[in-house]
This record gives sequence, C-alpha cells and structure tokens, in this order.
Amino acid sequence: MTEQIVFFIFTIMVLGGGLGVVSTKNLYYAALFLSLSFSGMAGYFIMLNAGFLAAVQIIVYVGAIAILILFAIMLSRKVMTTNEPQTNKQNWLALIVTPLLYLTLIFLVVKVNWPVSSAAPALDVLTQMGAQFLGGYLIPFEVMSVLLLVALVGAIILARDVEKGRE
Amino acid sequence: MQNIPLTWWLSVATALFSLGLYGALSRKNAIAILMGLELMLNAVNINLVAFNRYITPQNVTGQVFAVFVIAIAAAEAAVALAIIIAAYRQRGTVNVDDLDSMKF
Amino acid sequence: MEQLFALTPLIPVFPLLAFALIVLWANKNNKLSAGLAIGGIGLSTLTSWAVIAATVAAGHEVQIAGWSLPVPWLPTAASIFNTGFAVDGFTAAMLFMVPLVCTLIFIYAAEYMEGDPRYARFFAYVSLFAAGMLTLIVADNLLLLFIAWEIMGLCSYLLIGFWFEKDSAKKAGLKAFLTTRIGDVLLFAGMLFLYSRTGTLTFREIFKPEVLDELSRMLIWGLPASTVISLLVFGGAVGKSAQFPLHVWLPDAMEGPTPVSALIHAATMVSAGVYLVARMLPLFAIVPQGTLSWVAIIGSVTAFFGATISIAQNDIKRVLAYSTISQLGYMMIALGLGGFLAGVFHLLTHAFFKALLFLGSGSIIHAVHHGAEHADDHHTDPQDMMNMGGLYAKMKRTSWAYFAGTAALVGIFPFAGFWSKDEILAEAWVQWHEAGSIGLPFWAWLAGTLGAFLTALYMGRQIGLVFFGKPRSKAAEHAVEPGNRMTVPLLVLALFAAFIGFINVPFIANGWLHHFAGLVHEPAEVLHLEAVPFQISVALVSTAVALLGFFLGWGMYRNLKAGQQDPLARMLGPVFTVLKNKYYVDEFYKFVFIDTTVALANFSAKFDYDWVINPIVNFVGNTGRLLGELSGRIDTVVVDGMGVLGTARLFKWMGRELRLTQTGQAQNYLLVIALVSLSLIAMYLFGI
Repeated sequence: MTEQIVFFIFTIMVLGGGLGVVSTKNLYYAALFLSLSFSGMAGYFIMLNAGFLAAVQIIVYVGAIAILILFAIMLSRKVMTTNEPQTNKQNWLALIVTPLLYLTLIFLVVKVNWPVSSAAPALDVLTQMGAQFLGGYLIPFEVMSVLLLVALVGAIILARDVEKGRE
Repeated sequence: MQNIPLTWWLSVATALFSLGLYGALSRKNAIAILMGLELMLNAVNINLVAFNRYITPQNVTGQVFAVFVIAIAAAEAAVALAIIIAAYRQRGTVNVDDLDSMKF
Repeated sequence: MEQLFALTPLIPVFPLLAFALIVLWANKNNKLSAGLAIGGIGLSTLTSWAVIAATVAAGHEVQIAGWSLPVPWLPTAASIFNTGFAVDGFTAAMLFMVPLVCTLIFIYAAEYMEGDPRYARFFAYVSLFAAGMLTLIVADNLLLLFIAWEIMGLCSYLLIGFWFEKDSAKKAGLKAFLTTRIGDVLLFAGMLFLYSRTGTLTFREIFKPEVLDELSRMLIWGLPASTVISLLVFGGAVGKSAQFPLHVWLPDAMEGPTPVSALIHAATMVSAGVYLVARMLPLFAIVPQGTLSWVAIIGSVTAFFGATISIAQNDIKRVLAYSTISQLGYMMIALGLGGFLAGVFHLLTHAFFKALLFLGSGSIIHAVHHGAEHADDHHTDPQDMMNMGGLYAKMKRTSWAYFAGTAALVGIFPFAGFWSKDEILAEAWVQWHEAGSIGLPFWAWLAGTLGAFLTALYMGRQIGLVFFGKPRSKAAEHAVEPGNRMTVPLLVLALFAAFIGFINVPFIANGWLHHFAGLVHEPAEVLHLEAVPFQISVALVSTAVALLGFFLGWGMYRNLKAGQQDPLARMLGPVFTVLKNKYYVDEFYKFVFIDTTVALANFSAKFDYDWVINPIVNFVGNTGRLLGELSGRIDTVVVDGMGVLGTARLFKWMGRELRLTQTGQAQNYLLVIALVSLSLIAMYLFGI
C-alpha cells in the first residue's frame, strides 16, 4: 500500500510536470515543470531497483539538461513574450492524434500478456553495469563517448558567435 | 514490489510519451519542442527500466540502455540548443514556423 | 652479283624518303633540303649502277628474261594479284639514264633555284617526281606503273605551276594536268580491258605467246582485243609523251622552272610515254597492220609538225619544247615501225642531249636575267632569243656544252643523235625498200628526214641568235656565266651527249646495246628484233640535210640586228605566222572543245536554272513547304497544345498542389510520422 502511495506521488510529479511542460505559456515555468517531471522519474527509478540510474537522472537531466534549457531560454529571452499563443496551426490535429495514439498504446499495453518474471531483482546492479559497459557493450559505449565528444565540439562550433569567431 | 503491476508503469510511460509528443507537435517555440522531446525520451527510459525490473530482473541490460539513452539525449539536447542559439542569432527568432528553409 | 638485284626496290625509295624528310622535317632549311634531295637521287644512282652491274654480269639470259620480285599484294577470289619489281636489259638501260640525268639536274637546280622562296618545296617535288619515274621503270606490272605514272602527273602539275603567282604558270599547270588526264583515262581503260581479258597486269604474263595469241583472237567491239587495248595504252602514251594531238601541254610546261623543264623533257615525264609503248610493244605488234601503224603515223605527224612549229618560235625554251615533241615523234616512228631498239636508243640519247640543252638554256636565261638585273632593266624577257646575241664571248663553258648538245640533236657525226636518229631513219628506209612501194615506211622516212632538216634549221637559228652576232639588249651585254654547280652538270651531260651514241654503234661490239637491251621482247615471239644494218646512204642524206639546215639557219640569223625582221618570216610570209601560232591548235581546241563545253555548260545552266530543273525543284520545294506549314499548325495546336503542353500543364498543376505537403517544417513531418505510426499500430491491433 505504501508503495502504491509513493508511486502515485511520483506519478503526479511526472505526469503533472509533463502536463505543465506542454501546457504553460511561460517557458521558464515549462523548464521548471520539466525539472519536476525528471525528479519524479528519478523516484521511479529507485522504485525499480535502478538507484544508479536515479542518480544519473538527477545529475544529467535535472542538473544539466534542464539548466541548459533554462540558459537557452534566457539567452533567447527577447522573443519569449508570453502574451501570444505558444501553439502552432496544427495544434488541433495534434490534440486529436496524440490522445488517439495514447488510447491505442494503452490498449496495446493492456492487451499484451507481459511475461512478468517473479525472480528477485539483482543486487549487484552497479557491478553488472560496469561489467556490461566494459564487456559486451564496450563498442556502443566507446561510440557513445565519441558521440558525446562530437556533440560537445559541434555544439561549441554551432553556438559560437560567428561575428566574433572571425577574429 | 508486486503491488504495482507492470501495466501501471507502462501506462504512465505512455501518458508521458503522448504528452511529450503533443508538446513536440504543437509548440511553436523550438525550446519547448525540445522539452517535449526530452519527455518522450524519458518515457522510453521508464519503459526500459520497468521491463528490466519486471521481465529480466536478474540482469541490467535495460538499465544499460537507459544510460545510453540518457547520454544520447544529453548530446541531442546540447546540439539542439546550440542550433537554436545559432538560429536565434541569425534569424532573431526561435519560432520554428519561420524556420522553413527546408521548404522547396 | 645476283644478290645485287635485291637492291632494285630501293631505287625509288631513296628519293621518296628524301621527299618525306623534306616535307616533314627539313623544309625550313634550304641547304639541307637540297642536300637531302641530291643525296636521295645520288643513292638511287649508285644503287642503279649496282643493279646495272648485276644485269651486265648476269649475261644474256637474264638480260632477256629479266629478274623479278613478285609481291602477292591483293588476294582476289580466284587468284592473287601480284605487284612487284622487275629488271631486264631494257630496264637496266633506263636505270642508267634516269637517275643520272636526274642527279645532274638536281645539282644544277641547287644553284638555279637559289633565292626562290619555295626552294625546299621545289626539291621535295622533284624528289617525288624522280621517285615516280624510278618506280615506273622498275615496275613489273601495269598497275604499279600506272601509280607511278599518276604520281608524275601530279608532280608535273605542281612543278609546272610552281610559280603560281604567275597566272600563266597556274594555267599551264592545269593544262598539263588536264591534257595528260585524257591520256591517263584511256590508259586506265586499257588496263581494265587487259585485266578483264587476261586476269593479270604483269608484263611477263601478258607477253607469253599464248596469252598474246588469245588476246589477238578475242574481240572487243568487233576489233581484236589486243588492238583495242594497245590503242588505249597508246592513248595514254600520247598524252604523256605529248604526241599530236595532245601535245599542247608540253610547250606551256615551259612556265615551270627550267630544271623542271629539263626533268620533264628529258629524264622523266615524256620518256614515260615512250617507255610504256616500248614496254607494251608486243601487244601492239601481235596484230599486223594494227596499232603499230597508228603509232608510226602519229609519230611521223608529230615529228614533222613539231619541227615546223619550232622554227618560228622566239622563246628559247619553246624552241626546245617543240623540238622535244618532234624528237618524241621520232621515237614513236621507230616503235611504230617495230624498231624497238631504235626507239629506246633514241630515248636514251635524247634524254642526255635534251637535258643538256634545257639546262644550257636555263643557264643562258639565268645569265641574261642577271644581266638584266645588272642593267636595271625589268622589261626585257630573258627567255626571248631576240634579246640575246653574242653570248659566246661571255659564256664559254655553256656555249661549248650547248654546241655539243646541238650537234647531238642535229645529228652530226659522231655525236649521240647521229647514231640514234640514223637508226630510226635506217629502219624506215630498210622497210621501205623491203616493201618496194611507197607506203607508210616511206612517209615515215620522209617525215623524219624533213624533220631532221628542220631540226638543224631551228637549232642553227637558235645558235646564231643566241651565241653569235652582237648583243641585242643591255641584258645580253651584261650576261655572266653562272657558277660551277650549274656548269659542271652541263659539261658532264655534254660528254654523254657526245659519246653515249657509241653504246650502239654497229661497228663496235656489234651494237652493244642491241644485245643488252634490244632483245627483251624476244620471248613474245612477235617482233623482228634483229639489228638494222648501218645504211650509208641514209647516213649521208641525213648528214647532208642536217648540215644544210644548220648552216642555213646559222647563216641567216647570226648577224641579226635588234629590231630587224625575222628573215624566215620575210621568206615564208603568212606560213610563218601560222607556224608562229602553232597551227592554231590551241585556238582550235579552244574553239572546238572549250567554247563548245562552255556553251553546253551555259545551256545546261539555263536548262537547270531557268527552264526545267529549278522550276521543278521549286515546285516540289514549295509543296513541301506548304505541307510543312500545315503539319506545323497541326503540331502547334494538336500535338503541342493538347498533347505535350497539356501533359506538362497537368503535371505542373499536380506538382503545385503536391508541393504544399512539403512545408519545410519538421513538426509537420513529425505529425505525419505520428499519424502513420498510429495507423500502423491500429492495423496491427485490429488485425488488418
């Protein structure tokens, strides 16, 4: 029962945050709602025996990405007027398509007979993950690190002030 | 743990995914779209971890993938924001309606 | 010695190589070009001597039957067409004359042509010319001979028109080319007949007795095949050797540089015709009283009329040109009477002394031209004998050489012409006496003897006008002997002109040339080839008329003053005018052939443009145009408007409508993706 209560609290955080992100006109608020949603998700991860992921979630999403987005919002502040609609022309279509998709997916989720295992969860999650990263998933891991490096360089080049970069 | 069935998690993830999709589809502002995308990625992460926990609790492959997704999401966010900043500098707007140079 | 025969194919190659080298590489360098040309022909001369030595050493059998190198060239269905080279006594005799005379002319030309802007080109042309003639001599079949023949035709055109800035030279080149072309076509027709009847063009094959016999019995147009073919071949020779009535090109050929005249008149071009007739003589002779009579008649006419025209000419080279025509007539008389060797002998001696005379005249012209330049006189024609006189004192070497040539031409004992001309006249004389009645041989003898008198007359006139008396112009007063490169060939040729006759003197070695070259047609078994015995009466008569004519001419002209009327003109009156105008043959040809052709062409043009062809063409054209316009309309309205453009419009419209889907907005695409995903999942779920 406690677990379910905790689950609901986190669900409110996650879905409420998500709803706030997509509905509020003010982007600052949207970014803050995003952080809320991410934090709720970290709770989920703890519940799902993924403590390490929860920590990563907090550090990367809440600590980095959400802050990054906040910075971006502030850098482009001039156009962040809140008095005009933040939705585009296809809003109504999206409002039809997304619920339909949601319903279909829910139907799928319910209909499928998931092969749920009743085995006890692994205790040495972190050890196993380390072994996987430097074992079976070594190449994706390395590729991903290169990708991060490329993204880093690319982001710097793209975001560089061209006028000043000429100097 | 069995007090919460797998379908709950999946339903939450689906709801979050749909919310993110809606955001990505309907918002004008590029940063808001990016936020929608982040929500969708997180929904996927919930799925991955939940499947890992419920279907193969003995190993951590789902979590490994979740880490990959997080890393890629970070990279994507960094690049996307850089593009947005660059576009803002060049065009003076982050409104994607105006960024239609892909149009023939 | 036998191996030396293998050098034969090389003989024409050297000048040809010289030609190629000059054209492709050396043409910027005059000295080098002249050196190449002279070196090429010199090597040919040496090679020829080697081949001649081999022929002499090989003995009687080879001299008659010859050595040959057949080359299977063109395989046809039934047989292989052979081309190749052959050497027999006759060829060897020609090989002695042609390259040697050519070499001397080339050396002479090296000085004569100095200062000409196309010096190198000149030597390229003459090299090719010499290569053509040498190929012609060593060819063992008519086809190769014809190729060489045409090369010479081309070269004569190029060389006669060498100074093409002069309109007259241009026209003379064209005239030579077109006139000889008539003969060439006839020759070619003869070749085709011959090949179609016998399947071969190789001389030795044709002259087998059985082949000749067959040819004489076959009929073409109701005549024996051999007669038709030999007449056609003779037509070729008439054109090339400038026999009446195709002689008109030769005097005009004087427009070329003098070495070219010498080349054409002595060693190469005109000899080719005589050579051809001599070579084909068995074919001419197989039917008695056939073509040979025509050869003799044409020869007689040419010999006599050429000489008559010559006495009325004032241009030093034209006198010699008509003299050549006349002398070629003598050769034709000899061949026409069946006297193979007499004709060949005269061909050889004539080549030497006529080359000498032409080069001598060139030397005189050169001297007078320089004299004219020295006297700053640009109006005096350096070729007009009336402007000369008294040159003996100024040009001793040229004069003596010229005298030797004159003596040879006139036929003074013991110069070359005496022996060779005498043999021709003796041939005619003997045949006249054998026949016992006044027939063709008599007329031939008469024409020859009268021709000999006239020859002596015009040469006496020329000698008197050129070398004696007082200079009749400033130019002649200042004439200077040219340099060694011109005079030495003259002296060499003078030696030959004096002594070459002895190769066939009946008293020495029983007529050496006769045994060496005179029997090549023996295998054909149709000609009487025994040597004509020396006829003392003929010799006396011809010497008498020659001396008479010479001193008459010399006496009349040696003291002619400038501006004085020509003594012969005074004596002969209107006849002289006719002679001076060459019997109006040119005018006659112009009237009969050229004007008629032009009139016909004009008529055809009228017919074409105004009367029939053009109206028809225009009608057809206009109809076509109307139809075209009509179908153009249909095109514009139906095909273009509805078909092509309609389709285009349809697709343009579709494109414009469909373009709207490409908004360029990623969100739009994302929406589509979502929609499609939705549909796919729905399809999966509901099992569609």
